[in-house]
Amino acid sequence: MIDIFWLIPLVPALSTLILAVFGEKLPKKYISFQACGAVFISFLISLYSFLGLLKVSPEEYPIVKNLFTWIHSGNFQANLSFQFDPLTAVMALVVTAVGFLIHVYSIGYMAEDRSYSRFFTLMNLFTFSMLVLVMASNLVLMFVGWEGVGFCSYMLIGFWFEKHSAANAGKKAFIVNRIGDAGFLIGMLFILVYVGSTEFSNINNAVAGGSLSHGLVTLIAILLFVGATGKSAQIPLYVWLPDAMEGPTPVSALIHAATMVTAGVYMVARMNIFYTTSETAGSVVAIIGAVTAVYAGTMALTQNDIKRVLAYSTISQIGYMFIGCGVGAYAAGIFHLYTHAFFKSLLFLAAGSVMHALSGELDMRKMGGLKKYLPYTYPTFLIGAIAIAGVPFLSGFFSKDAILTSAFAQGQYFVWILGILGAVLTSFYMFRLIFLTFHGKERIEPEVKKHIHESPPVMTVPLAVLAFFSVIAGYIGLPVVLGKNVNWFDRFLAPIMHKGHEAHLTIGTEWLLILISVIVALTGIFIAYFFYLKKPSVPHTLVRRFPFLYRLLYNKYYIDEAYDYLFVRPTLKGSEFVYDKFDINIIDGAVNGAASGTGFFGKVLSFLQTGFIKDYALVFLLGAVILLGLLIF
Amino acid sequence: MIPIYYFLILSAVLFVMGTVGFLIKKDLITQFMCVEVMLNAANVAFIAFARSASSLNGQIIVFFIITVAAAEAAVGLAIILLVYRQKKSIKTEDSSLMKG
Amino acid sequence: MAVFLFILLSLTCIGSILGMILSKNQAHSALYLILAFVCTGGLFGLMSAPFIAAVQIIIYAGAIMVLFIFVIMMIDIRKGLSPERKKWILYPSLGIGLVLIIELIFILSNTLVPSKAGTIESFGSPKTLGKVLFTKYLYPFEITSVLIIAALVGAIVLVKKKEEK
Repeated sequence: MIDIFWLIPLVPALSTLILAVFGEKLPKKYISFQACGAVFISFLISLYSFLGLLKVSPEEYPIVKNLFTWIHSGNFQANLSFQFDPLTAVMALVVTAVGFLIHVYSIGYMAEDRSYSRFFTLMNLFTFSMLVLVMASNLVLMFVGWEGVGFCSYMLIGFWFEKHSAANAGKKAFIVNRIGDAGFLIGMLFILVYVGSTEFSNINNAVAGGSLSHGLVTLIAILLFVGATGKSAQIPLYVWLPDAMEGPTPVSALIHAATMVTAGVYMVARMNIFYTTSETAGSVVAIIGAVTAVYAGTMALTQNDIKRVLAYSTISQIGYMFIGCGVGAYAAGIFHLYTHAFFKSLLFLAAGSVMHALSGELDMRKMGGLKKYLPYTYPTFLIGAIAIAGVPFLSGFFSKDAILTSAFAQGQYFVWILGILGAVLTSFYMFRLIFLTFHGKERIEPEVKKHIHESPPVMTVPLAVLAFFSVIAGYIGLPVVLGKNVNWFDRFLAPIMHKGHEAHLTIGTEWLLILISVIVALTGIFIAYFFYLKKPSVPHTLVRRFPFLYRLLYNKYYIDEAYDYLFVRPTLKGSEFVYDKFDINIIDGAVNGAASGTGFFGKVLSFLQTGFIKDYALVFLLGAVILLGLLIF
Repeated sequence: MIPIYYFLILSAVLFVMGTVGFLIKKDLITQFMCVEVMLNAANVAFIAFARSASSLNGQIIVFFIITVAAAEAAVGLAIILLVYRQKKSIKTEDSSLMKG
Repeated sequence: MAVFLFILLSLTCIGSILGMILSKNQAHSALYLILAFVCTGGLFGLMSAPFIAAVQIIIYAGAIMVLFIFVIMMIDIRKGLSPERKKWILYPSLGIGLVLIIELIFILSNTLVPSKAGTIESFGSPKTLGKVLFTKYLYPFEITSVLIIAALVGAIVLVKKKEEK
């Protein structure tokens, strides 16, 4: 029953083709039906295959379906083949389930948009590319999906391309991603040269068999991780993600929160043998993740744009996933990916619902007291915030705790401390968001207030479903303290994850760590409550006390400006210089010179071309006679 | 029996006569006739070889050559007629649009 | 007897081709050429190829040359012949022709094969040729009909005057 899994990506692909060709002529209702239906069918097939996978014994992982040989050149062979194993199953389920809900939500959110069919075409194309990415059985095909989601991301960030900032944000995302992709590509070529194949199973065997030197493994691992930092918005390539919020909110939810940005985590988990073999690479991943988690958290503190806060929060949460992968707890990292997909897309969609209610207002300073106007959005938003803050019994708590416990158990105390710090920041800025938006006094502009309304059911129902999952999703991966075998998720993924050295904590330590996480989360919430509801003057005092720090955070550490000065402008200047001196004089000169030289010789030789048949015949015959003579003598 | 090489030498002579004729004649029609002579020279050679090898294939080839020559003559003469209509002349020298 | 016939036919053939080349009148050239083709037809007959000989005379000397004469009729000959501008081309042409015939004879003298003795009586008769043509060469033979139709249609399309608009 599992052998139909290769149909999962093909259904959205078919739908994309139909929409791309006929989309403009089809009625909106049909477009919505087809786009959502395609993703839903994918989801059903994923679920079916997943149930089938449970019956397969772990020795048979991964199940590979080779459709055809795509490239065959010398020793190099790339197949168009899909594989299905626990990691793929989790990713495919997350992508299709969350994707389906967001597609449904988009029906309401995009209802008035002129480019309705273009939007759904791209969303379907994105789903297809993402599924190719997670289901590919070799690096080359994975790279196809990787570039495919990058392309869709670019197209959807710049969806409202009439807006200058949106078009620029799209370009920025694309270019920054390319830098990461270069790393990925080089890593892939190294693998190709030294392993001779890009199939994951061959790579795993080669690395496990020790046919690659330790330094080479580290090098490849770091290069691949460069690709991951680009796609998953980690230091130093995170700058595109906040700008990516220019796109429609469902896009931010699907691509820039739930699925695409986690592709880097997926890739690291897929190539886990490298990070397990090379501890250096693992540590790099963990430290980059931890630093990003805190760094992005601090930037989220001062943002006033509701979606930007969520964007920085996404960067920070992906940092946690990388901590998990870096310390060898791949299952925990993927677990966080999976819970994060639910609550972060919930938060984004709820934020979209708020925007929808307020005629597109994004600035939290112009919100406040929305609780009574948005009876459905508020509780779902609150659930999402609680889940991400790491309050016990919701999904975010279990996954974050799993990661931090693993980091502590592996002796990465520095990473652990950063993680705890990040957790405080997370709960603080999330509840700052809640309090500024839904509580306190109303700061809504009177013009906007007239049109304020709750979103239609097609938007609120997906919110409710996501909220439900945000609560319960964590219960498949309960902490070890509750019993030896309660962490079903860990056991499910275990056969394909390569464990480093195992480290066990005493039960007491584990309880202590959980207690610390709980305290930390609640502290954050309390500080937010104190700052923004109890004594709203405190933040202002702080800003006046530490103007430098505030400006630094508010301007996102001036990283965008620094990149501008360090990379963008020199590139522009250098390009202009090269254009002026080299291009015009040398390249154009050479091209024009070649043309005029050819013209000159053509003129000279054209004297031979008399246009008289007899001359040609004579020369022709002369040639024949000479050839014949050469043959004879 | 007549020795084969008599025929072959006749074929060579005919061929060269056709070639030289093509080069020195100045109107399209006679040049075209010279081409036909060259084809015939080939035919003579084929027939001679067919007999010397006791194989009918040579004769079959000649049969096909004659068929093709008929088709070629029809099209070629049509083209000559067109040229004449355009240039009001069948001198090869008058058709020199290809001059570089 | 046969050798005498061969010499007679080949000399007539060469002579009439010379006449064709040297004649100033295309109509005369065409008539000379017909004579040359009839002679080659006779030569084919000498080479135990009676059927090909008949085809040569009927199609070449008959149909094709009639076509030539027909076209010559439609062309104003006197107008078409003004003095040649390039007289010099005669000498290199003759030179090359001389070299070519030397080369050809040299090659032929090297490749001469002794004729196989005892050819069958019916060799080259219409019956045997027909058998080969309709069995081994059936498809090429049928395809020639397509070729001829294409040439026919092509010639008509080319020569047809465009209707004035």
